[in-house]
Amino acid sequence: MIEFHLDSRSGVPAYLQLVQQVRQAIRLGILRPGDQLPTVKEVVATLTINPNTVLHAYRQLDLEGLTEGRRGVGTFVAESRPAIPASDLRSLRTTLDRWVARAREAGVDEDTIAALFAEAIRPDSVSRVA
Amino acid sequence: MSEQAAVRTDGLGKRYGSTWALRDCTLEIPAGSVTALVGPNGAGKTTLLHLLIGLGKPSAGRVEVLGLSPRRDAAVLLPRLSFVAQDHPLYRGLSIADTLKLARKLNPSWDEERAQARIERLGLDPHRKVSKLSGGQQAQVALTLALSKEPELLLLDEPVASLDPLARREFLGAVLEAVADTQMTVVISSHIVSELERVCDHLITLVDSRAQLAGSIAEIVASHRLLTGPRSDAASVARVHQVIRESHTERQTTLLVRANGHVYDSCWEQHEVDLEEIVLAYLGYRPGANRWEAGAEEVVPV
Repeated sequence: MIEFHLDSRSGVPAYLQLVQQVRQAIRLGILRPGDQLPTVKEVVATLTINPNTVLHAYRQLDLEGLTEGRRGVGTFVAESRPAIPASDLRSLRTTLDRWVARAREAGVDEDTIAALFAEAIRPDSVSRVA
Repeated sequence: MSEQAAVRTDGLGKRYGSTWALRDCTLEIPAGSVTALVGPNGAGKTTLLHLLIGLGKPSAGRVEVLGLSPRRDAAVLLPRLSFVAQDHPLYRGLSIADTLKLARKLNPSWDEERAQARIERLGLDPHRKVSKLSGGQQAQVALTLALSKEPELLLLDEPVASLDPLARREFLGAVLEAVADTQMTVVISSHIVSELERVCDHLITLVDSRAQLAGSIAEIVASHRLLTGPRSDAASVARVHQVIRESHTERQTTLLVRANGHVYDSCWEQHEVDLEEIVLAYLGYRPGANRWEAGAEEVVPV
């Protein structure tokens, strides 16, 4: 079982913070396949948070295939998905290395590279200027 | 989220003498939502809540609660909703047990087991007089009465304003647990925004007796942006987006906008804004002065 926490100053929506904490816990092995997540009511009680926010987070996790909601029983960590093929990862990495090299050549410093990358992977990148 | 509306008002207004306490209020509160009703003191929050429960007759417009008219259908509607007035008024001379007994006799639907269980969970002695309880405990007793009616709609008027931070947290926690259990609709009026962001999923701002910003909090936060750039006129931005607030220094212009889709103008740097800042911008925004009238569609269904 994991215990959720919320950082109200992070600017990350509450539902996404819950999603990220579950993802991270699965990655670190704190949550294993078959483990049950806290019930919506338990999360509501510990965090004083809107139940719809918790439902939203759990739906998102279900959609990503990380968990499995069983009606009337609870939400459980799903069997792990097949890993992404190593060749795909290698090829992605090569592309990224090339991009970083280009950025360095252009005189972009590390902080700016990190900022650009962080912005590019944000799910809601609507705010980017076209 | 259900598409059904628990509350629907259309051009609703209430006038006391020559003063409008609420004016031209058109909104929808979705069933199952926890909606914050935010505005400065005197903006019309309490007036709106009173019209929803049929305390007072609208001077203009229409109001529908759970599909019924609060005044004409009072006998059917009132058992289905609970209202906790500001400062949670209770009979101070009664014990908790007598307070529950009175509520049981006065309310056609009443879950006695649930009421007793809540008092026990709160660690309160049923024989204690209400006047001997702390503010937080009185609020919890008032909430117990409201919840034990098993309402479909719970209206709370400034429920936490008089409570200390711990009591606020406990009170709101109790409300949310009940929401998780029953899927009831909740409306919480308040002038404190920061606290409500976690608790509520919808928000309505009332300023100068009018509803301005109304909608899902996620959508509100996602659609507002702070734009900063070299000093310039807001007019080109205002053609596409709604400018809520603008300020200028000698060389820089800062705009808070409700973006209509993407902002494609590369001379502006864009920042995200949190809910509190958005709401404050609306509260400081005077309708009728300029762009507001053109943006009348802002009084939109939630």
